[in-house]
Amino acid sequence: MSDDQMVTIQVDGRELKAKAGTLLIEVTDAAGINIPRFCYHKKLSIAANCRMCLVEVAKVPKPLPACATPVNEGMQVYTRSPLALAAQKGTMEFLLINHPLDCPICDQGGECELQDIALGYGNDASRFVEGKRVVPDRDIGPLIATDFTRCIHCTRCVRFGAEIAGIRELGATGRGEHMEIGTYIEKSVDSELSGNIIDICPVGSLTSKPFLYSARAWELVQRKSIAPHDSVGSSLNLHVRRNQVMRVHPRDNEAVNECWISDRDRFSYEGLYSADRLTRPLVKKSGNWVETDWQEALEAVAQGLKRARGTSGNRLGALLSPGATLEEFYLAQKLMRGLGSENIDFRLRQSDFRAEEPAYPWLGQTIAQLDELNAALLIGSNIRKEQPILGHRLRKAALTGAQISFINPLELELNYHATQLVNSPAGMISDLAAVAKALGGYGGLIDSAEVSDVHHRLAEQLRTAERATVLLGNIAVAHPDYALIQGLARIIAGNSGSLLGYLPEAANSVGGRLAGALPGNDGSNAQEMLSNPHKGYLLMGVEPGFDCWNPARAMETLGQAEFVAALSAFRSQSLEQVADVILPIAAFAETSGTYVNAQGEWQSFSGAVAPAGESRPAWKVLRVLGNLLDLPGFDQVSSEEILAEARQVAGDRKPDNSADGGVAYERLLAGVGLTRIGDVPIYALDPLVRRAASLQKTRDAIEASSRINAREAAMAGLADGDKVVVKQDKNSAKLRVVIDPTVPDGCVRIPAGLVGTDTLGGQIGDVTLEKA
Amino acid sequence: MGFKNVPMSVAKPSVNKESLFSPELRAEIDKWIAKYPQEWRQSAVMAALMLVQEENGGYLTTDLMDKVAAYLDMAPIAVYEVASFYSMYELKPVGKHKICVCTNVSCMINGSDQIVEYLEKKLGAKLGQSSADGRYTLKEVECLGACGGAPMFQIGNKYYENLTPELIDSILAGLE
Repeated sequence: MSDDQMVTIQVDGRELKAKAGTLLIEVTDAAGINIPRFCYHKKLSIAANCRMCLVEVAKVPKPLPACATPVNEGMQVYTRSPLALAAQKGTMEFLLINHPLDCPICDQGGECELQDIALGYGNDASRFVEGKRVVPDRDIGPLIATDFTRCIHCTRCVRFGAEIAGIRELGATGRGEHMEIGTYIEKSVDSELSGNIIDICPVGSLTSKPFLYSARAWELVQRKSIAPHDSVGSSLNLHVRRNQVMRVHPRDNEAVNECWISDRDRFSYEGLYSADRLTRPLVKKSGNWVETDWQEALEAVAQGLKRARGTSGNRLGALLSPGATLEEFYLAQKLMRGLGSENIDFRLRQSDFRAEEPAYPWLGQTIAQLDELNAALLIGSNIRKEQPILGHRLRKAALTGAQISFINPLELELNYHATQLVNSPAGMISDLAAVAKALGGYGGLIDSAEVSDVHHRLAEQLRTAERATVLLGNIAVAHPDYALIQGLARIIAGNSGSLLGYLPEAANSVGGRLAGALPGNDGSNAQEMLSNPHKGYLLMGVEPGFDCWNPARAMETLGQAEFVAALSAFRSQSLEQVADVILPIAAFAETSGTYVNAQGEWQSFSGAVAPAGESRPAWKVLRVLGNLLDLPGFDQVSSEEILAEARQVAGDRKPDNSADGGVAYERLLAGVGLTRIGDVPIYALDPLVRRAASLQKTRDAIEASSRINAREAAMAGLADGDKVVVKQDKNSAKLRVVIDPTVPDGCVRIPAGLVGTDTLGGQIGDVTLEKA
Repeated sequence: MGFKNVPMSVAKPSVNKESLFSPELRAEIDKWIAKYPQEWRQSAVMAALMLVQEENGGYLTTDLMDKVAAYLDMAPIAVYEVASFYSMYELKPVGKHKICVCTNVSCMINGSDQIVEYLEKKLGAKLGQSSADGRYTLKEVECLGACGGAPMFQIGNKYYENLTPELIDSILAGLE
């Protein structure tokens, strides 16, 4: 029988059509017929070990598990017959034998699959008189609380680890009644997708640690939202109680995040309630910060900007967070342009602006299309930590045979087989030139490139694959020779017939462009604004010490300005050092807005809770500023109105990665000495996640350190744990040495965006180490 | 447990496999690896654990299991699962002689309870415990497939059937 043959089956007397070989439970789920289950999950392999979905099939003497029974022509199924019910109730009785009756103190209570199904299939009293099994809880990290006595051994979490997260951390050890889910040894669960096991656990065995004992499911109101960190824009459900976001769950969106979200999206809400949340306007008066009312603060900003502007708008500059909403971007640039300034940018982590950039850079394909790739070359990307959901998609492609390769300055900890070409940042350019040469590219530095076997292999993989892509990640953007990387990537993609794609850094890196938050004619870009002091600056959602490519220079330049106005949801040391007025703005979940994700999808959301304290949505603040500055066109009453206006300006622009970039650029990074690699760790990306306490306790939240491989350490006479003084330009930082085999020769990994490395210069550049 | 589309091997094979075990032990394990297709070297995990356990005086440690995992390029938890599932692997030190008494149906009907009672008294150790001198460990096991000779136990590689107290005395006396 061929697989695509349709068959007709009967379920409880209803006729259903399905493809032969489909599993019975999929057919009944699609038809809305309810069969109880615990171990079955649509995204995981079939285990058929809970036995809850037993149904009666005509002519079969014993009940069959619907999750493991393929449908056949003429199959007659009874889901509620006496035999089926007896089987289901019997299973239920066994499952409840060892399950504690602690629903009143269990966080899963009220949203528990076992509780729900027990109501339908369980007995009101237990016949079990023997001793119940108790399993000690284990500490598996700061995100997930365990109560393994409640476990019914469905193994969903174990299968999730192997099949979705791609690292086996949880397992089922022991046997029979002694079987336990756990890590066996004392160990934390470190996957960047680990929080999803909280959702798939059908009982209260795995629950959210930050949320533990803080609310009951039925007190929560569910509101839709969009994830505010990476450019995936995962669909979220925010669970709100009394104007507070209590937890975050994924919302099914097959085209984007399927039914998963990254831990960053799930647990970053904690940052909303961090101690340094800004709730009242602040004005600096003779060097001291004073809380004030909105009236005074807004007027101070209007006056300050007017004064700094003087006779030329060109004296002002705006630096905006790439995580701002489209509406905020739009009004901010309108404000600046109204004041006569074309100095507007959100590309704070980019240093090389020599290349012409595409008008509407995007992933180059839909997110779901990543699943179907046959080959991919990622340049300067730690996709697994930068855009975890895209990393998961790429892993799916890899497991079905796609050839994935990376050209990076760090060896990544991957969860699939891939070719990793690890070289210094300067060496990356040579590698790219070599791959371009192997594909018949010519001109500039390509001609002098030395092509080795591995370059040929990468080139062949891309050239022969039916669906191939070349993707540029966050490390590429931060590269001092980003223009060259773009040019080379364009040649590699063009000559191999691959799609060129960008992996935008933040939630709205794409939207910023559409809203026009880029420098206009003769306007300064982020680097120019932060190198040549302007009289006045407007910062929105930016912590200059952590969010800029060169924090030391940013702080210095901003410090020289006459007036700096900041819109921020948080108090921040580096901001307070340079700003004159700080206006408190609504953070994620507190404002309505729109993000445009990596696949160019406009995703609008509304606010789920009221802004904290006296803070206000940034779009309202900008609108009032526009009024105070007597600028026309600032009378919108809703974010929808701004969106409509922004849409008109954006027109019907389609995502487009084409540009005229070549490779005729000088190499800026010589890489003769020691080169710093300043990647941004997953939980240091933006002000919100930097304040999410539980995420900051995970293994991925690495501390500021100076990481070199053993060879470099030996040459410099350094040992693990030593203190070194890192010197970059005229800046320095004292850091601990960590021996890290993933760092190539001639390099030192000093992550950016962390306390301790914020006194240093550019993310990638020359440094020296001296033993302290 | 089979995982959908997921290779059993870890993404990054371990290096320096030679440093994990002695050349003799590696040769023994490699014989087992050779029995399976190349991409399924993990299938040798049971034999490898057996050999490593034997070399370590009858029991496994977490460190040894981690070494087996590294040698076979599999996730350590997958090795813990195997080692904790089968009763032939010991995760704590055992006596020189491990007496595995079957208490399943056929043996029970033929008096395995009395056999256990006699052994416990004689060795001064309960099921799952070792004798004070560390010479014997008493262990309850499931059916070993020797129902025809019930009641029975296994010591080392040998089965002893149709047990009686007198027979037990002579068997134990005959051990090294």
